[in-house]
Amino acid sequence: MSEWLDMTACQMKAAMAAGRTSSRELVAASLARIERLDGRIGAFLSTRGEQALAEAEAIDRRRASGEPLGPLAGVPVAVKDNLCTADGLATTCASRMLENFRAPYSAHVVERIVAADGVIVGKCNLDEFAMGSSTENSSSGPTRNPWSLDCVPGGSSGGSAAAVAARMVPLALGSDTGGSIRQPASHCGIVGLKPTYGRVSRYGLVAFASSLDQIGPMARTAEDAALLLGVIAGHDARDATSVAEAPPDYAAAMDAVDVSRLRIGMPREYFGEGLDAEVDQLVREAIRTFAEAGAEIVEVDLPHAPYAVAAYYLVATAEASSNLARYDGVHYGRRASEHAGLVDMYSRSRAEGFGDEVKRRIMLGTYALSSGYYDAYYLKALKVRRLIKRDFDRALEQVDCLMGPICPTAAFRFGEKTEDPLQMYLSDIYTISANLATIPGLSVPCGRTSAGLPVGLQMLGDVFSEGLLLGAARWLERARGGEGGDALGRPAILDEEGVA
Amino acid sequence: MGIQRSEVEKVAKLSRIALRDDQVDLFAEQLSRILNYVDQLNQLDTADVEPLSHALPVANVFREDVPQASLTADAALGNAPARTAAGFKVPRVLDDGGSA
Repeated sequence: MSEWLDMTACQMKAAMAAGRTSSRELVAASLARIERLDGRIGAFLSTRGEQALAEAEAIDRRRASGEPLGPLAGVPVAVKDNLCTADGLATTCASRMLENFRAPYSAHVVERIVAADGVIVGKCNLDEFAMGSSTENSSSGPTRNPWSLDCVPGGSSGGSAAAVAARMVPLALGSDTGGSIRQPASHCGIVGLKPTYGRVSRYGLVAFASSLDQIGPMARTAEDAALLLGVIAGHDARDATSVAEAPPDYAAAMDAVDVSRLRIGMPREYFGEGLDAEVDQLVREAIRTFAEAGAEIVEVDLPHAPYAVAAYYLVATAEASSNLARYDGVHYGRRASEHAGLVDMYSRSRAEGFGDEVKRRIMLGTYALSSGYYDAYYLKALKVRRLIKRDFDRALEQVDCLMGPICPTAAFRFGEKTEDPLQMYLSDIYTISANLATIPGLSVPCGRTSAGLPVGLQMLGDVFSEGLLLGAARWLERARGGEGGDALGRPAILDEEGVA
Repeated sequence: MGIQRSEVEKVAKLSRIALRDDQVDLFAEQLSRILNYVDQLNQLDTADVEPLSHALPVANVFREDVPQASLTADAALGNAPARTAAGFKVPRVLDDGGSA
């Protein structure tokens, strides 16, 4: 029955515990909806129907025999296809380079989901190697926004966002290097959280920019996002940047948030030129909701915010050029069939395997690191990164968190920005600073435009303030008269579907 | 500052990405626009600013030097485009036209 999929993950857990439904029924409903709708949406690159159903049945049997179960027991989950899975599914990164790659091990976060008894139903579309803001850079074709099939879902975690928004799964994992969880969450009307750098192990995440990449949860409610964060957060010795400090109990941290005592900063630089008037209005209304509950709102300055895109596209591409050097047609991935010797084989394999955006970024990064340009570009960008971090340190001395828009506009139409890479980069202008500063950032729905497209409110906090951000997001969901996407209504495509 | 065709060709060679002629022109134009945009960083005086590569304090992480389970040779070689029983197989390294 497809109405089970209107439930949040927390509601599914309660329904299974009460014997009203089973994991098999939920996983079957999830797979049936993917089967029925994904031809039009394109959220998934692969699914594991038989295996997922078998795992669900095993969990149901364990439940029936009274065995203790993990915190995700029986809940269908999707993961972005740049996370390694050793379960037989390919790990493609939506790249021709890796179209046949079978990972010999699973990512830490995938192991955690399995250990928590979650059921992975499939892997989601993305911009190739997570490089993009629209999921148009996928070698398998774009994902469509469930709220409007003419519009992009955002990116790079566009498949994960669309899968959650179309209620194919209640939970999905994305990765965020410059906004790739938060921006698609905003465009698809769901909750997305980029945790503090180091909070979640990157072991088994295909690397894009190692000092910026972070894996995080995507869900329809803050409570569900907290559930998944609690499963994936924590130390892992296999990622040298993984933080040793144990994560808190996120449910308790959310309960501890008292909105009437919150000091909220509005960065002036996030409400200036280029921000769409409707987005501006919806974001301000959401912040006013906090003010009406007693929160104190103050304007703050992030004076180096206008330089974030420039610094980011040097740091991220420099790291990418190094990380993607591993695709050499030798160890794994595509090898050109025609070549004249070793170096020619490298160059042709990479020319065949990578799409244009990946080539552009590798070349930009190589240029920024090359002899004669290193100081002018890469080193300069790292210095500006320090200035951006300092801006946040100063602002967060005055307030508990910052609130503003995620993206200058709601979801745009296909092809609108593909001709001009710089315009695409500028759609990340409000999100990338959090990655440069390593702080957590969250997107929570705050309304829809007159065209019916969702808009997210961004919350940014100090390192390890995920509980505060999730608690404030849940408060807003409730103040708006629903939880997460529910206050937005349902994407029309779900009602075309009919009752199963 | 723009980027010339010859520079794109040089960067493509360093990046080990073979480009067609028309791609060189397109990338020269697109990379020039991006580089013009990032040049705004020069408006900032950063003479006294330390570069930041990791915002959290990170130190080398050590573990005891004891053998641990690792991938078998077969698993590690399983995705190789060409392999022998115990290694990766590559095309001839010498005499490839000196393009290295």
